[in-house]
Amino acid sequence: MHSLIEVRFHGRGGQGVVVASEVLANAAFKMGFEVASFPFFGVERRGAPVTAFARIDTSPIRIRSSIYEPDYVVVLDSSLLKGVDVLEGLKRSGTVFINYPDGKCLPTLPGDFTYFTLDATSIAAAHGIGSKVAPIVNTAMMGGFSRICDEVSLEAMVESILEKAPVKKEENAAAAREAYERTREVST
Amino acid sequence: MRKVMTGNYASAYGAKAARAEVIAAYPITPQTSIVEKLAEFVSTGELRAKFVPVESEHSAMAACVSASILGARTYTATSSHGLALMHEVLMWASGARLPVVMTNVSRAMAPPWSVWVDHMDSVAERDTGWMQFFCESNQEVLDTIVMAYKVCESRGIMLPAMIIEDAFILSHTSEPVDVPDQDSVDSFLPGYDPEVKLEVGKPMGFGSLVRPDQYMEFRYKSMLAMREARNRILSVDKEFKQAFGRSYGGLLDEYMCDDAEVALVAAGSVAGTARTVVDRLRAKGMRVGLARIRAFRPFPFEEFRSLAGRVEGMAVLDRSYTHGAAGAFFTEILGALYDVPKRPAMKNYIAGLGGRDITPNVIETIFDDMFVRCKRGSDLQPEWMDVVGLPRRRS
Repeated sequence: MHSLIEVRFHGRGGQGVVVASEVLANAAFKMGFEVASFPFFGVERRGAPVTAFARIDTSPIRIRSSIYEPDYVVVLDSSLLKGVDVLEGLKRSGTVFINYPDGKCLPTLPGDFTYFTLDATSIAAAHGIGSKVAPIVNTAMMGGFSRICDEVSLEAMVESILEKAPVKKEENAAAAREAYERTREVST
Repeated sequence: MRKVMTGNYASAYGAKAARAEVIAAYPITPQTSIVEKLAEFVSTGELRAKFVPVESEHSAMAACVSASILGARTYTATSSHGLALMHEVLMWASGARLPVVMTNVSRAMAPPWSVWVDHMDSVAERDTGWMQFFCESNQEVLDTIVMAYKVCESRGIMLPAMIIEDAFILSHTSEPVDVPDQDSVDSFLPGYDPEVKLEVGKPMGFGSLVRPDQYMEFRYKSMLAMREARNRILSVDKEFKQAFGRSYGGLLDEYMCDDAEVALVAAGSVAGTARTVVDRLRAKGMRVGLARIRAFRPFPFEEFRSLAGRVEGMAVLDRSYTHGAAGAFFTEILGALYDVPKRPAMKNYIAGLGGRDITPNVIETIFDDMFVRCKRGSDLQPEWMDVVGLPRRRS
């Protein structure tokens, strides 16, 4: 019933959460996988919590129900760590990837999971993606995700970003490449 | 070429592949990205069509009706309250025998307000004289639009069709879709050339008053056309398979039904989830199958009668509810089976209203329940699945 890889994305309206799920699905498709990505539209408002999902598999994906036990959770906005149970249903030995400022310690989180962080906000801002106060972090996060997830290469992710980014394609691709280098595993 | 796209883009690519000539539309969630994409195709010249932005869905359908009378291939898309607002003009399109094709992104009706999937909007229009095709995947959405024009525009049919795409579950899900090459679509679907159309210098009246001594004959001919559409849907499905290698099973798409003890009847995207449950239960040795309603109009009357002879139980999942009666699929199937020699046990399950997720567990519960019903006989009281605070009725 489960696909090979199931991913849940958490972020806020305006950060490109849904596009992040589409970029990942498109990249995995380029790697030869069958894919499906879909949003849960709670409220389509800037700043409101947004969830999106992606499935990656070797055979066509027929299931249309939501993902309740993901293998990966991607958190585009660390303020959601308070208030949203981002770890809900995450598989044992699952992986959490959080956009988190460099040099700041992660809050205490359950030890059953593997944690990676990336300062995607700084990278997106440095590449001029979105505004300085509200950088759009999705492409940086997906660059970083390709470092964590063996099934999707950085090159496939960059190719996908170049297709999906509506503007500043090269800047988004450069942010993804930098993010790939700067993503690291952390202990909690 | 295969690429990853949403159901809404699949709709837009379907209308483009069919070379729609007039597109009139008004935006509504979650349909809007269909007509946005088509507007883009028209503005870049990728699609040579007249795009008519209108002030309401009623006007969108009125514009399609008018353009269709002039002999143009027309397309529009809407959802829920937009479809309801079109109601009057839907009757016009079918009564005037105009082959308009429309995507309805099926969404719950308010109040309470909801933007998520159920089939109430579509089912509420079943009596408007439109063909209705429920789709399971984004690929089926694109392919069915192309096939629908071929069916609708056939001499002797000349009726409109509604392509039903589940809100968000298809409309906003990105998955791989094969976009057929234009030359192949062009040879499959020639241009629209109606026998009768309004032309400059050849004035005609449309929609005139007819007296009681004529009205019934018009309706009778529409009935014959819809009856003939049954055959045309099947033949076009075959032709499509020859041209593109894909087939959708005509009116009722059966999966593992031949030796099934219990068949689940459902329509739309939930069929995909149901297939995974069928596979899982089959692996455990349970003889289950899925009968997916692809065409609700024309109704798969003969197909259900054939299925009834092969199964012990039929669990009918309706993603809408007709208050004061039951699920619309259920009551119509009951009617179709009145005089078959062997009637299966029947039960109606209401699930997934207003976007409530229909999980594999819900479907498995339905199958389990239906196996019990096979022994005890039909239960004509619909059961509402997965309602908070409502205990399950034990069969």
